[in-house]
Amino acid sequence: MQRRHFLSAAASVPLAFSLARARAAAPRSDTPRFLLVFLRGAYDSNSLLVPTHSDFYYDARPTIAIARPGEANGALPLDGRWGLHPAMEGSVLPLWQRKQACFVPFAGTDDLSRSHFETQDSIELGQPLEAHPGSRSGFMNRLAQLLQGRIGMAPMAFTAQLPLCMRGPARIANTALANVGKGGVDANRSRAIAAMYAGTALAPAVNEGFAVRETVLRGIQDEMDKAGRDAISAKGFSLVAQRMATLMRDQFDLGFVDVGGWDTHVNQGGASGNLANRLDDLGRGLATFAQEMGPEAWRHTVVAVVSEFGRTFRENGNKGTDHGHGTAYWLLGGGLSAQAGGQMVGEQVEVSEASLFQNRDYPVLNDYRGVLGGLFARMYGLSPAQLQQVFPQAAVQDLRLV
Amino acid sequence: MRAYRMLSLSAAALAGSLWLAACASHAPPDSASSQAAVPDAPLSAAQRQQWLDRVTWGASDSADAQLQRLGLQRWLDAQLAPRQSAHLPEQAQQQIAALEISQRSMADLQRDIAAQRQAARTATEQGQGDGEGARLRQQVQRHLNQLAAQAQQRQVLRALYSPAQLQEQMTWFWMNHFNVSTRKAETRLWIGDYEEQAIRPHALGNFRSLLEASMRHPAMLLYLDNASNAKGRINENYARELLELHTMGVGSGYTQADVQAMAHVLTGVGFSTRDAAAPPPRMAPALQADYRRQGFFEFNSSRHDYAPQVLLGQPLRAKGFAAVDEALDRIVASPATAQFIARKLALFFISDNPPPALVQRTAAAFARSHGDIAATLRALLTAPEALAQQGQRFKDPMHYVLGAVRLGYDERVASDVRPVIGWINRQGQPLYGHETPDGYPVSQSDWASSGQMAARFDVARQIATRSAVLFRAEPQAALEQPPYPDLAQRATVQARVAQWSAASREALSKARNVPDWNTYFLSAPEMMVR
Repeated sequence: MQRRHFLSAAASVPLAFSLARARAAAPRSDTPRFLLVFLRGAYDSNSLLVPTHSDFYYDARPTIAIARPGEANGALPLDGRWGLHPAMEGSVLPLWQRKQACFVPFAGTDDLSRSHFETQDSIELGQPLEAHPGSRSGFMNRLAQLLQGRIGMAPMAFTAQLPLCMRGPARIANTALANVGKGGVDANRSRAIAAMYAGTALAPAVNEGFAVRETVLRGIQDEMDKAGRDAISAKGFSLVAQRMATLMRDQFDLGFVDVGGWDTHVNQGGASGNLANRLDDLGRGLATFAQEMGPEAWRHTVVAVVSEFGRTFRENGNKGTDHGHGTAYWLLGGGLSAQAGGQMVGEQVEVSEASLFQNRDYPVLNDYRGVLGGLFARMYGLSPAQLQQVFPQAAVQDLRLV
Repeated sequence: MRAYRMLSLSAAALAGSLWLAACASHAPPDSASSQAAVPDAPLSAAQRQQWLDRVTWGASDSADAQLQRLGLQRWLDAQLAPRQSAHLPEQAQQQIAALEISQRSMADLQRDIAAQRQAARTATEQGQGDGEGARLRQQVQRHLNQLAAQAQQRQVLRALYSPAQLQEQMTWFWMNHFNVSTRKAETRLWIGDYEEQAIRPHALGNFRSLLEASMRHPAMLLYLDNASNAKGRINENYARELLELHTMGVGSGYTQADVQAMAHVLTGVGFSTRDAAAPPPRMAPALQADYRRQGFFEFNSSRHDYAPQVLLGQPLRAKGFAAVDEALDRIVASPATAQFIARKLALFFISDNPPPALVQRTAAAFARSHGDIAATLRALLTAPEALAQQGQRFKDPMHYVLGAVRLGYDERVASDVRPVIGWINRQGQPLYGHETPDGYPVSQSDWASSGQMAARFDVARQIATRSAVLFRAEPQAALEQPPYPDLAQRATVQARVAQWSAASREALSKARNVPDWNTYFLSAPEMMVR
């Protein structure tokens, strides 16, 4: 009864097409899937990806540097020049070793406001900085628009609020996964409420809200049943990641999630401490996601982990780092190419004092629009003209990631 | 029930008479020439609802009666210049008085928490028993959580029942503008004091004083790390957000160099938990004269960088803490600040796209009055553009929930406001819970996505069918019957519904019982905006 109502409510609203496929049939296992993980707060990429070959790094960070491989609590060696934060040993390192992870250091945007909020917005909009301020659609919304006509995309933000990068003409559903619960409005009442909104600007969101709740609850029913019986259930980002994996395996193929808590001005710690705990939680979640997707779907999935900017290369007076510029992006997936999997990818520069931008931060050599544009072109077979719709005026950088 | 009604009525009458006294003794906050007039003619029922939904946390029958009694001019005067201590109904006052944060001084609470922490450390160091240190640490965490939860309860009680409704809305507005999150460090200890001492007293006062009060409070100093900003150990965090979020706004003309200059100016601005009467820390005699201590606030001149600084294109003439004063004066006086604050107020009260003329008028009032918040608000609320735009503001969860409770129960004081807090949390806007310093956004697209609409209807259903949870002494106690208000019986509710769309009225007419009627009423599109 309830399900039938959802179908009819959605069908009556032409704009609520984004869930059409999610309800009709599961995506095939070889459908390309993309998940964007946004680390809000500008994570310190120099603690994740340690330039272990650089004496300058160790001089610039007397208290928070991650030691060289082989030393106590040292970085995990990646390629002789770079090391990975030790908190990643059980999670991301195995993916790297299986060639299912790569990193793009010196990545970011040309936005120099060094404002978290301004830079997050400009990245999510995905437009050139001088773009007309009236254009407020996000790049993932434009990607969804482009693909919905072709392969029937089912996009979803796994967040309480719809992120800017998914706002725009294409209707995109959202739901936070940390506290999914029952106790919603029943079928009769939701029908009456939906009728009140018929013809209003809010009607698509209202219909989609009722529909997606059902979809999500159905998607994670198994896990909730198990959690009711088992003593242990996942927590924090791992729980969200586990639920996302179920939903992206069975229902959605374009996803967004954000993870906060990366603004480390004071006592960020080194191999252990505040930042290490955040990285540990994130790494476990991502490994859980890869695992739960299952090998077939994972092979056609790419997860990009991005952040608004990097932090100052030198530690500040409070054993922390301030707002910087270049950062490192991560790409994870079961089908990364041989050129990418287990590699440092993109334009590189020697890590030294001379190469710092404004004598302060990593320079940006790999523009986020170029990197993601190149990835989308390969994943979805987009033409240059189509890419211009997603990232207007971007110079696409084909890193042959997949 | 009857005795209870009488009590609340007399409280309302008392509050009303005190207001009148307040109006008489207060000069208008702005000069007569710039004071915008409000319509003198009697308001229609719909107009009264609109004014109440805009200026208060939500219209109620008693607020409506009061607005009718006073007339718009005097009512608005009283809202803009309330008595120092607005009189809450006795039952709300008693609940606040019973909270630990009301009964103990901040100094006492701070000492207590510090001592508990020390006991936990000692237990760990001495290896007392199994996990004794861990147990004591958990106890500290529980206590900190309780203190933050009490601050939430106090804010909700004031928001629901204070006659100084505009001051309460502005308290929330400024708490959000000068956001401090309880998810960071020790801010749970300080958050209640921050709101009560730094924000609420200045909510309708002068912006420059408000800015400085937030700067001086340990909550802000901890949250944005300025407590650790010292000469040779520069931390830019607070300096940057001060310019970007608190005053001028990003892209308004300040540069990275200004951020760095401001960080240097703010070195030594911190707080101290040493006994207030304790002698100042040892320092070079030349620096002693510049040392300041007031309450917890401390300007430690030995941590201050006295190097000359250029801010916004001009050198700062003053030195030491006087340079902080000079810098704040300059920042607040910059046209960018007037513009930024005016726009943010217009977004909060009017709509996502406030008419530029309205923002200009408001910014001009801010500049002319040197940051007098009441004068700025008067200009905003009485501007023709504001009067012309009604019902354009999508309610955020706070407005939605408080409005529903005020409408449903008016002056009947909840004995437990925790369900109200739960309903606000369920929609993703917990008090003091926004992690980043930008505070919660206000636009419709921030709160009207599919997931949020679904969550809002869940909350509507709970309020519509089980809001008697507000009147239990104990969470396990049985609910009174019926466990919901009969909204359709309210004259003001009926006055609203008369204006609604045919689709909304059709749904209401089909309701089979009171819970359905309540659910549809609270879920209607017309109830999403103010």
